[in-house]
Amino acid sequence: MSNLDIVKPENLVYQKSKVLTENVMHYCPGCGHGTAHRLVAEVIEELGIQDKTVGVSPVGCSVLAYNYLDVDFQEAAHGRAPAVATAIKRLNPDCYVFTYQGDGDLAAIGTAETIHACNRGENITMIFINNAIYGMTGGQMAPTTLLGMKTATTPYGRDQKLNGWPFQVTELLAQLPGTYYVTRQSVHTPANVRKAKAALKKAFENQKLEKGVSFVEIVSSCNSGWKMTPVQANKWMEENMFPKYPLGDIKVDGELVKK
Amino acid sequence: MAFKGQIVIDIERCKGCGVCLEACPMHCIELSKNVNGKGYNYTHTVNDNCIGCASCAIVCPDGVISVYKVKC
Repeated sequence: MSNLDIVKPENLVYQKSKVLTENVMHYCPGCGHGTAHRLVAEVIEELGIQDKTVGVSPVGCSVLAYNYLDVDFQEAAHGRAPAVATAIKRLNPDCYVFTYQGDGDLAAIGTAETIHACNRGENITMIFINNAIYGMTGGQMAPTTLLGMKTATTPYGRDQKLNGWPFQVTELLAQLPGTYYVTRQSVHTPANVRKAKAALKKAFENQKLEKGVSFVEIVSSCNSGWKMTPVQANKWMEENMFPKYPLGDIKVDGELVKK
Repeated sequence: MAFKGQIVIDIERCKGCGVCLEACPMHCIELSKNVNGKGYNYTHTVNDNCIGCASCAIVCPDGVISVYKVKC
C-alpha cells in the first residue's frame, strides 16, 4: 500500500484541535507550554464547552495564550489571575473558568491570590506550569527553583541560606479544605501527556460539581532558561525536577491521597 | 493484525525541537538538513516503519503533526 493511499480523511487518527487557532506559537522550540495549550484545547473540544469557557491568562511566557486558544479570554495583572477568575465565575456561574499560570506568576507574586482563592474554594480550574525559572524575563530564580540550580540571579546555584528552599506550592494548596482535586503531571513523553490530559479533563468536569478548586500542576522544561536542548532539558527534568516535584495525584475528590 | 501509518508534518510551523524523534518507537522521524521559512531544521520521515501510534503528534508542542492509520 502506498503512502498516498493512507493519507485520507477517513484514516485520520490525530490532528491539531480546532479550538487552537492557526497562529504560530511564540514559545521556544520544545517548550511545554505548547503541549499544555494543546491539551487544554483538546479537553475543551471533547467536552463541547468552547462557547462557555473563559480563560484568564497570566503575566509570563503564556501572557499571549489568548492568541492560541479560541475561547473567551481575560488578561490579569501579574499574579492576580485567581482573583479575576473568582469574579468571572461568580458573575457567570454557568461558564467554565480556568486560569493558566506559570510559577513566577502563581507561586511568587500571586501567592496571596492563589492561596486565598483556594481557601475560599472558588469553583474554578487552575493550571500551573512549573518550570522552576522565570522564563520570559531571561531565566531568573523563581521560588520553585531547585537547590543548587544555576539561574541568571543565582549564578553559583541556589543557596538555601540565602534564597530559601524550593516552594512546593501544590502540596501546600492540597492541605486547604477549599481544593477538591490537586494533581501534578508532566508533558514530556506520550504516556505523561495522556495522563495530563485525563487530569485536565477531570479538572474541567469538576466545575459542574461545585466542590472547590481543581488544581493541575504541569512540571515543564524551560530549555532556553536552562541552557539546554529540548531533549536534554526533558532528561534533566526527569532526573532533577521529579525527585523534588513527584508526579501523581495529591488530592482526589476532596481526600488527600495517602502515599 | 498490523497497522500502517503515515504522518503529515506542517513544515512551516515546525520548530525542529526534536521531541518527536525521542517519542517515535519506530525511529521514522529525523531532522532535515534543510530549513523552513523561519530557519528551523524541520522534521521529516525517513522510512516506512510508521505504525500510526500518534506518539509524535501528542508530544509535539506546536501541533504540527497529523496522523493517518490503516489496518493491513
